Amino acid sequence: MIDRIGRRTVGLIQAVGRWGQFMADMVRALPDVTTWGRLALVQMRRVGVDSLPVALFIAAFTGVVLALQASYTFTGTVPLYFVGTLVGKTMMLELGPVLAGLALAGRVGASMAAELGTMKVTEQVDALETLAYDPQSFLVVPRVLAGTVMFPIVVALAVLVGIMTGWMTSLWLLNLSTPEFVKGLRQFYQFKDTWFGLFKSATFGFTITTVGCVVGLSTRGGAEGVGRSTTRAVVYSAVAILVLDAFWAAVLLR
Amino acid sequence: MIRFENLHKAFGDKQVLAGLTLEVQDGETMVVIGYSGTGKSVALKHIVGLLDPDAGDVLVDGRAVSTLDRDALNALRREIGYVFQFAALFDSLTVAENVALGLRRRGLDDDEIAERVTEALALVDLTGAGERYAAELSGGMRKRVGIARAIALRPRYILYDEPTTGLDPVTSAVIDRLMVRTREHLGVTGVVVTHDMRSAYTVGDRIAMLHEGRIRQVGTVAEVQETDDPVVRQFIEGRPT
Ligand SMILES: Nc1ncnc2c1ncn2[C@@H]1O[C@H](COP(=O)(O)OP(=O)(O)OP(=O)(O)O)[C@@H](O)[C@H]1O
Ligand SMILES: [Mg+2]
Repeated sequence: MIDRIGRRTVGLIQAVGRWGQFMADMVRALPDVTTWGRLALVQMRRVGVDSLPVALFIAAFTGVVLALQASYTFTGTVPLYFVGTLVGKTMMLELGPVLAGLALAGRVGASMAAELGTMKVTEQVDALETLAYDPQSFLVVPRVLAGTVMFPIVVALAVLVGIMTGWMTSLWLLNLSTPEFVKGLRQFYQFKDTWFGLFKSATFGFTITTVGCVVGLSTRGGAEGVGRSTTRAVVYSAVAILVLDAFWAAVLLR
Repeated sequence: MIRFENLHKAFGDKQVLAGLTLEVQDGETMVVIGYSGTGKSVALKHIVGLLDPDAGDVLVDGRAVSTLDRDALNALRREIGYVFQFAALFDSLTVAENVALGLRRRGLDDDEIAERVTEALALVDLTGAGERYAAELSGGMRKRVGIARAIALRPRYILYDEPTTGLDPVTSAVIDRLMVRTREHLGVTGVVVTHDMRSAYTVGDRIAMLHEGRIRQVGTVAEVQETDDPVVRQFIEGRPT
């Protein structure tokens, strides 16, 4: 028993150590702009193309549900224009970033882990090193940067779409007029709502891509190993997003 | 000069290399033979610092590889072309881009890169395949692109990990001839890991047999062909026990 706890602890410390090493390597690779600059653009496009459709799809339906649930909850005791408040705040602060983040973990995180995992087990990573490239600046930095930069943009668009479908639902299904909806939307709006959501999204994008890269590059054991890495990347980044979400709420929203 | 000095390497409980000592002289081609799974690829990877030894080291030009810092290691790697056993081509790039990648890292200008890519592809008989994606190639073609990628660098050392395994006899002979020519023209020092004895006799100046983690015998082609050592005899004659 104690033995097992001991081993677990050692394992955890090793994992944290590897993570730290990885971060240090990444920072060290940052000045190498000539290597990662062009690749980062490629990755940014990929992150955008991969995640935008899913994120917008999810946001569109979330907007509808939020509006309906709000009106259902208020049952006449709260003025109906608060539907606008609830849709706007919830999309910006929580559901936009988190739902898109979870979707992104499944799309982008998984595909990065699979890609780098395959490169690892087929010795492409070794080959890069023998050509005197640094896998950190060639593979990792462009991906992490792309995730961190692109994800807030994806989330911003998702939030807009969600608010729009919420508004259309209010208009057509709840008989709430546009001015009323907008009034609700603006009532408690603070600029912090926007930057909090976007900042949070950037940290999610960073986390998802970093986890995808770390897990991908530590893949062992052929096609099976790649499969394991892919699921692992999704699970780890999903958990990380939820924990991080609670963390930012506790730190920044109190 | 490449010197393996008492190299030890284990993976978990499995001792793969146990005191490998071998010297490869400048300008010669050393062929390393040995049973599957004896650690030939593992030995090669130590030369370029892809693996860290448990004990002992590899000395390239007198410098111990495992002690080099990142910059020195990269400088060393620029002198070495590595042909991977399974080619290790970058799937997302075209053949030409695969060959060009290492050249770009060496800071050559675009014209020179294009020229060298064309030349290297012609040498491995792949003229015109430059625009195809690595993922679309047959196994033998991948292997030849891997060789082109290494020789395009015009390195001082080339390490070939089973360059002719899986190729048809004629292509194998073409690759053998290419390795011989590369040595003659560029004066490169080569280490060739192979199971293919015909290839070994053609390209090798000396042959070393790796067995149970160390060198069982090393000698000129003639010496090895005449060997009395039963283990080596059995291997080169391909007799089952
Ligand atoms: N990264 C690694 N992790 C764990 N074990 C490894 C690793 N690389 C090699 N091995 C093990 O080391 C042993 C030697 O492998 P190696 O690839 O060097 O054999 P080889 O002599 O090249 O064989 P072959 O002729 O089949 O290519 C094998 O048992 C292999 O399983
Ligand atoms: Mg091998």
